Parts: sequence; structure tokens; C-alpha cells
Amino acid sequence: MQFWATVLLDGLTYASYLFIVSLGLTIIFGVMKILNVAHGSFYAWGAYTAAFAIGFITDNELSEALFLPAILISAILVGVVLGYIIERFILRKMYNQDIHLIVLATFGVFLIFEDLIIITFGVDPYLPYQPAMMLGWVDIVGLNRGVYQLTLILLASIVAFACWYGLTKTKWGKLLQSVIYDREISVAMGIDVTKVYVVTFIGGAILGALGGAYVAPTTSVSPGFAIDLVVLSFAVVVIGGMGSIPGALIGSLIVGILRAFAVHQAPILELFVVFAVMAIVLIIRPEGLFAPPKPRKI
Amino acid sequence: MFTGIFKDTSVRILITFMIVLCVLSSLVLPDWMQNNFMYGLSRGLAILGLMLLWRTNLVSFGHALYYGFGAYAVALCQKYFGITDILLRFAIAVIAAGILGFCLGFILRKYREIFFAMLSLAFSMVLYGLLAKAEFLGSTDGMSISPSTLLGMELTRQYLFYLITFFVICAAISIQAYLRSTLGHLTTAIQDNEIRVEYLGYSVQKAIHIKYVMSACLAGGAGGLMAASLGQVDPDSMVNWNVSGELVFITIMSGWGNILAPFIGAIIFEFIRTYAFEWAPQAWAAIVGGTLLAIIFFFPGGIWSVIEKVFNYGKKKNVK
Repeated sequence: MQFWATVLLDGLTYASYLFIVSLGLTIIFGVMKILNVAHGSFYAWGAYTAAFAIGFITDNELSEALFLPAILISAILVGVVLGYIIERFILRKMYNQDIHLIVLATFGVFLIFEDLIIITFGVDPYLPYQPAMMLGWVDIVGLNRGVYQLTLILLASIVAFACWYGLTKTKWGKLLQSVIYDREISVAMGIDVTKVYVVTFIGGAILGALGGAYVAPTTSVSPGFAIDLVVLSFAVVVIGGMGSIPGALIGSLIVGILRAFAVHQAPILELFVVFAVMAIVLIIRPEGLFAPPKPRKI
Repeated sequence: MFTGIFKDTSVRILITFMIVLCVLSSLVLPDWMQNNFMYGLSRGLAILGLMLLWRTNLVSFGHALYYGFGAYAVALCQKYFGITDILLRFAIAVIAAGILGFCLGFILRKYREIFFAMLSLAFSMVLYGLLAKAEFLGSTDGMSISPSTLLGMELTRQYLFYLITFFVICAAISIQAYLRSTLGHLTTAIQDNEIRVEYLGYSVQKAIHIKYVMSACLAGGAGGLMAASLGQVDPDSMVNWNVSGELVFITIMSGWGNILAPFIGAIIFEFIRTYAFEWAPQAWAAIVGGTLLAIIFFFPGGIWSVIEKVFNYGKKKNVK
């Protein structure tokens, strides 16, 4: 009982931040058909900017109430700036290219931004633990867990709800859905696809940065910590179905809980289970568990 | 398949290039350059394998699987059987990777485009996940590899380099022979139109499977030689996904016009990395990434297309 509660709680926390990051990735893939390796850069930059902001607030002894806004603002700032730069100056020139070339181009961007981080923030790890300290700890069914980690689950729920509402109830969401479903018809119907692409990419980038910024207080932010995350969020997106939003939710739950189970039961299998599941899903159902059925085009 | 292979222009150019490289590096150039050539040639084998797949429009984002598998096969055979002979090492790496590629090929041959890339990524990360956590394999620290021997004799680095060049020449000639055969000509046909190839009576899946096993063998051999020349294997620099990314990057940088292209590309990559590391140790990855973007934007045909233009190599054939 105790064991399962631990697995569930840790798994949920882990799944929450995977979900936030992967959601950005899957939306970008769904709309633009781009597998964005540079998503890891958004995550890393979000984390570093938030860590820097938190450090700034603590050093100048400003109010602790500023922590949350600082995290959100750094995520939005990073998302808008990096997202716009990458979309406008690199991806826009490549939309008609081979999909593999685009993946490689984003890989190049990822490498560049990894080093820009080292140049900007240095190689020493940042430990922005203050927001987590501020909220303290709490006992849930006999498990001592930080409140901050639990708010992550709340944040993920809010993001999920906002995303569902935005996609199904607003005009922009419906435009997006139509572009996801069939790009050519949408263009023919008069949707400004370039604009949709920019907005989508920036939105996805903000989500990626938000994941990083919100997680920063719970870990040590050091160079190279996005490398594992890129491929983990790929696994989430592939398991759920590339481009599927409910897929990202289910995928991150599966990966999060499996990983938590492995960590507590057989640490040697921690990464193995995730990618084994990814391979199995690809073998049995290549389009992913929740991908929308694809109409066959001739 | 091999008849008249030495009359082939590409093969002649390849052999000349390798001999010139050997002579230059042993007589004129400094020692560190020889190291770069050694790493470049070893890695070039893996690139050659990726180039084969690229010709059918299959891009494997998980070729580090075979690269690392070959390297770890060498490390394990040294640990448990005490094998340090370079010929055996190369054979073990190639065969181990070949068997793995043969098994996985049954699944992968049905996949195309992004699904092929993702499934190969998943397989390579499965191996990474195991290696990074397995204590008896040294987890993230990896294992060290003792210097190679040849038939019981000590092998200096100079001779190791000559041997690697020899392996590379053999492998490249075999690949050229394959590309000249009917099976090899199917390569580009499959890229153009799979259904037509099927109607002509060839099995597309079988052709892809054969090609996949070949590229796995090449990548495994590359890993084995790399392990022997570096003296160290570890999951982060051999099996992780960014290694696969790097391999694909060098493939694009090289271009796919010729069997020599992968080796030139891999050597140039080694030099970019060495110089970038020397000039700007904080930003060498950024320089590599910038090169990648520049290649994609300005030289989509890779370095080989530039060489072709400079030497007018392709034109001579057409003039009659």
C-alpha cells in the first residue's frame, strides 16, 4: 500500500512536468510536422532564466511572493524570444525540405543553444531551492513530500485544462485543429498558415520553457541537463501518438509512473523501461496509442 | 560482384587517397593529426553505413546502437576472454553488430520516414538505458581498453593506423561492389518508387533488410575500431542519442555521392572539433551546430558536392 502510494505520487509528479514539456513538443509536431530537438533548449533556458531570477530575488531580499510570477515571466520571456528567433530565421526557410533535414537543423540549434547557456550562465550549477523551501513539506499517507512538487501536479492540470479549452472552445483552437488535420485544405480555406505556425511554435516553446522554469527549484540546474529530457519527451510523444494532445497526457502518465516504479523497484531498469515501452508501442501501433486515424491520401 | 572492381574510378581514387594519407601522416604531418585521421577513418565506417541507408531515404537516429554495441563487444571480450588482437576485435565488433542488426532488421524493414527514425532511436536508447545503469559494465564511467596486439605482437599506434586504413579500404571496396550490383542499384530505385520495384519482382523489404545489416556491420566495426584507438568505451560518448545525431550530421556534411565522401567528411569533422575545442573550449558544440546549419542551408549536397564542382569530377563522364 505504502509502496504503491509512493510510486503513484512520485510518478504523478514526474508525469506532470513531462506532460507540460511534451505537450509543447506534440503541438509543434501536430501543426508543423517538425520534430523539434531544440525543445530541450527551451527547457534548459527556462530553467536557467528562472534560477537566475530566483537568485536575483533572494540576493536583493525582495518579497517571496515574487517567486511564482518570476518563474512564469521567465518561461514566457524565453518562449517568446527563442521561439520567435528559431521559427523566423531557421525553420521558416525549411518548411518544404525533407523532414530529416529539419530534425537535424533543430539538432544544430540545440547544440548552439546548449553552449550559449554555458557562455551566458557559466558552468557552475544553480540551486534555486528557495521557492521549494518557502512552501515547506507535508505528510500524505505517511509520505513526506515537498508542497512545491505537489503544486506541479496542479500546474499540469491547469495547463491540460487550458489547452483543452483553448483548442475546442476558441476560434484560434479551431483554426489550429484544422491545420493539424489537413494543412492544404486549411490554406485553401484562407487560414494564414504562416501566422498559425509562428503562434504555435511560440506557444510550444513557452510550454517547454515553463516545464524547465517550474522544475528548476526542485533540482540542480547544471549544463547538459536537457539532454536526457529531449529524448524522454520524444518517448512520451511517440507513445501517446505524435501530434495527439490526449496522447501526450497518457504518454507522460505511462512514462512517469513506470519510471517511478522502476526507480523504487529495480533502479537498473530506470531508463530501460521507458524506451522499451516506446519500442513496443512503435512495433505494435506505430502511429501511437492515441493518434487520430490518418486518412490515406493518394 | 567483385570482377573489375579495381578498374572502378571511385575505388582507385579511394586507394590513392588512403595511401597519400598514410604517407603524409607518417612522414610530414604531426602526431596529433594522425590521431585525428585514425578517429575520422574509424567513424567514417559508420558514416558509410548511414550513407547506404540515406540513399533509400531512411535516416537512422539510433545508429549509435551498433556503434556502441561493437565497442562494448570489444570491451567485454577483453574483460572475459582476454582478446586484444586487433583482427579479432574488428571481427567481433562487426559480427556482434551484424547479428543484432539482422534481428532488429526484421522489425525495422517495415518502417519508413519518421517512424524508422523513432524506432531506431528507441532501440538505441534501450541499450543506453541498460549500459548507463549496469554496474558490472562500469555504468556511466564505461570501461577501459588495453592497447591492441596483432598476432601476439605489440602494436604501435603507427601500425594501428595503417591497419585501420586497411580495414577501411576493404570495407569501402566491398560497399562499392555492392553498390555496383543489381541489389545496390535497387537502392535509389526504392527511394524513387517502392511499388514499382515490387512490381518488377524484387522484395523491397528484403533489399532494405540486407542494406540495414550491412550498415549495422559497418557501424559496429566503426565502434570496435574507435574503442581500440581511444582505449575507452562509455555510454555517453558511444551510445547516447546525441552520438547518433552526430553521426547523421556527419553523413549530411559528407554528402552521399561517393564511397570516399564519408571518410573525408568524418576527418573534416574531427578537425573542426579539435580546432573548435582549442580556440573556444566553451563553445565547441556551438561551432559544430553552426557548421551543421551552414551545411544544411548552403551546401545541401554536402562536402562531396563541393569537391565534385572543384574537380569537375562528375562532368567528364557525360562529355563524349
